[in-house]
Amino acid sequence: MTKKWNVEVKVNGRVKRAEVEPRLLLVHLLRDEFNLTGTHIGCDTSQCGACTVMMDGKAVKSCTVLAVQADGAEIQTVEGLGTVDQLHPIQAGFWEKHGLQCGFCTPGIMMAVNGLLQDNLNPSEAEIRDALDGVICRCTGYQFIVKAVQQAAETIRNSQQQSQVVPAEGGSV
Amino acid sequence: MIPVSFDYVRAASIPEAIQLLKNSNGEGKLIAGGHSLVPLMKFRLSNPGTLIDISDVNEMKGVGIVGSRLVVGALTTHAEVAEDTAVLAHLPVLAEAAKQIGDMQVRNKGTVGGNIAHADPSADLPAVALALDAVVHLTGEDGEEKVPIQEFLLGPFITSLPETSVVTAISFAVPPAGTQSTYLKYFHPASGYAVVGVCAVGGKTAEGLVNHVRIGITGAGDCAFRTEQAEKFLFGKPATLENIKQAASLAAADGDMGEDLFASSEYRAHLCKVYTERALRKVLG
Repeated sequence: MTKKWNVEVKVNGRVKRAEVEPRLLLVHLLRDEFNLTGTHIGCDTSQCGACTVMMDGKAVKSCTVLAVQADGAEIQTVEGLGTVDQLHPIQAGFWEKHGLQCGFCTPGIMMAVNGLLQDNLNPSEAEIRDALDGVICRCTGYQFIVKAVQQAAETIRNSQQQSQVVPAEGGSV
Repeated sequence: MIPVSFDYVRAASIPEAIQLLKNSNGEGKLIAGGHSLVPLMKFRLSNPGTLIDISDVNEMKGVGIVGSRLVVGALTTHAEVAEDTAVLAHLPVLAEAAKQIGDMQVRNKGTVGGNIAHADPSADLPAVALALDAVVHLTGEDGEEKVPIQEFLLGPFITSLPETSVVTAISFAVPPAGTQSTYLKYFHPASGYAVVGVCAVGGKTAEGLVNHVRIGITGAGDCAFRTEQAEKFLFGKPATLENIKQAASLAAADGDMGEDLFASSEYRAHLCKVYTERALRKVLG
């Protein structure tokens, strides 16, 4: 009998624990053990990227990571981006630019975009398309997704500029 | 898809990993990023009895220059290689190739050591390794060993890695000053793997005679190969377009062309020629 492992992961800021078989995939840990079903399973062969989550600050495909490999890691899923009342700029970008149709791939795409924008808030269209290489959308043709990413990047840039401007206006610098 | 049940253990050091491999009686497999192994296990094409996780062995991480060679720790990810300052300064072609592996998510997890040890015939790094006279650093029960890449890669998913040895690093020769390098790849439109990938390193004298040429080709057949006949033809000759074209026409001569639904062996041989010509024009033009 295979020995089970106790894993502890910080998911969207909250510490969660589970006893798992070594063969359990991270995506199943998230969906079946933690009930975070926003992360989708598409191809299950590390092609489509619907299962993309952030793991220790990097976008990864959770269908290709064992839960035991994620022990001790910080995970962010689509549930950790924003809320219905307060969308994350990436979610707002997809909303405003109609970056989805059926929406099945969208959680993974938004997490891949999160991986891009945390390193590069001024991506060219080529850089955006390169970052989308690991995700597949069969509805949109990607045009509106690229526009959504551009919009999200602009929103984040603007909010960062504003937050930098605030202390100067207040005279506290 | 769920892998067959297996035992999972963690190694904190290279000696511990070797001991755990020994204990597994040939049923053990090392796992780092897992981006070659886990997909195979999900398809149940690989069913190791014990997975030995080496991802915490810090001595196998990072990049450094040792003499005239760039040493890349086996656990260094493709994303790290693509942005590493030493790689960009001394071996930009390695970064150029690393950026073409898989996609962003795969590059974030996949490691250089895993890529080489997996010996996928369509992987990108073997072409670069061959063109840069790479050496695979192993540690086993009898100590450390350095194996030239050509003696390491034996066939599709087959290497000379002993059962209880660990790939700890890959070192690449920094080519002579004044040489140029490139990695050009014909992407499989669905998988992104190399149908044919060509890495060329070339240099010429002030008179325009080729004084350094190395070409590695991956994807075309069962095993990545050096184009020795093309290199021999070009070495010492003027770097003219005519000579480059003739050398490129020999590009497929040293490899066995594979065949599948996507590309016939004839087509692969043609791609070897076309991509070798493009790569040589870029580095010797």
